[in-house]
Amino acid sequence: MKQDVFMLGGQEFQSRFILGSGKYNVELIRAAVENAGAQMITLAVRRANSNGQGNIMDFIPEGVTLLPNTSGARNAEEAVRIAKLSRELGCGNFIKIEIMRDSKYLLPDNQETVKAAELLAKEGFVVLPYMFPDLNTARDLVNAGAAAVMPLAAPIGSNKGLAAREFIKILIDEIEIPVIVDAGIGRPSQACEVMEMGAAAVMANTAIATAGNIPQMASAFRRAVEAGREAYLSGLGRVRETGGEASSPLTGFLRD
Amino acid sequence: MKINGVQKEYSEKLTISEMLKKEKYHKERVAVELNEEIVPKDEYDTTVLQDIDVVEVVSFMGGGCK
Repeated sequence: MKQDVFMLGGQEFQSRFILGSGKYNVELIRAAVENAGAQMITLAVRRANSNGQGNIMDFIPEGVTLLPNTSGARNAEEAVRIAKLSRELGCGNFIKIEIMRDSKYLLPDNQETVKAAELLAKEGFVVLPYMFPDLNTARDLVNAGAAAVMPLAAPIGSNKGLAAREFIKILIDEIEIPVIVDAGIGRPSQACEVMEMGAAAVMANTAIATAGNIPQMASAFRRAVEAGREAYLSGLGRVRETGGEASSPLTGFLRD
Repeated sequence: MKINGVQKEYSEKLTISEMLKKEKYHKERVAVELNEEIVPKDEYDTTVLQDIDVVEVVSFMGGGCK
């Protein structure tokens, strides 16, 4: 297979698995990078711990691109504030917009997300908005200058899988920029399925973090994402709606 | 002044650099907002904090919404 590079924000990635946000520990980060092949890791911006406690940055291997998010933001203005602080922390200009008003389902606020995308794209950020999979919003985000759209598959942290499958498919079919499926993916088979559908990349955290064996699940995700991508590039075989079709010649049977 | 939501009182005037050191923040790993304006790192040594200031010191954390 010829080299299949994932371009995002002018950067080249070989991996199409991104470690999403979640509670990190050293084992999870190591598994995501070494076993799942992640080259991008999502981080949140929060009030710093004083008294010199260990910092998450000590555990992130070199060469990994940080994808700061704006989690905690309830509107576009707060997202812009967090994005600017994250850039000041000095780890590049990627920003994953996350704006939520609802704390039960943690669903993204599409309207505020479009507003934030416009403002942040003008400020020179590589804008990666987490969104509810809606085609009109996705088009607005493209016009706002987003580098990709990141529709949820199911509520964050739920491991419920492709609840929004049909709507993600519409985005993949209609939107020119990469579609990165974010949130809710609970199993490697689901990651594989969206990659087969033509998603550009998959983001997950909880599926791996809550697995029985973290490194082993990370490795399963790597292979699932690669298999789905390869299947997409090769072009899936056709589906025959009714009846079967013999795959061997219908001649030369051992009978008269 | 208020630092990360906590009222603090110091007996002398401190620059941002001095405050970070006193409060044991890792200067290279934080960003500082003074009254909602980001302060560039090269101004930490020269910016003197006032009693009425509201300061936020942030860093990257694992985790998003949880």
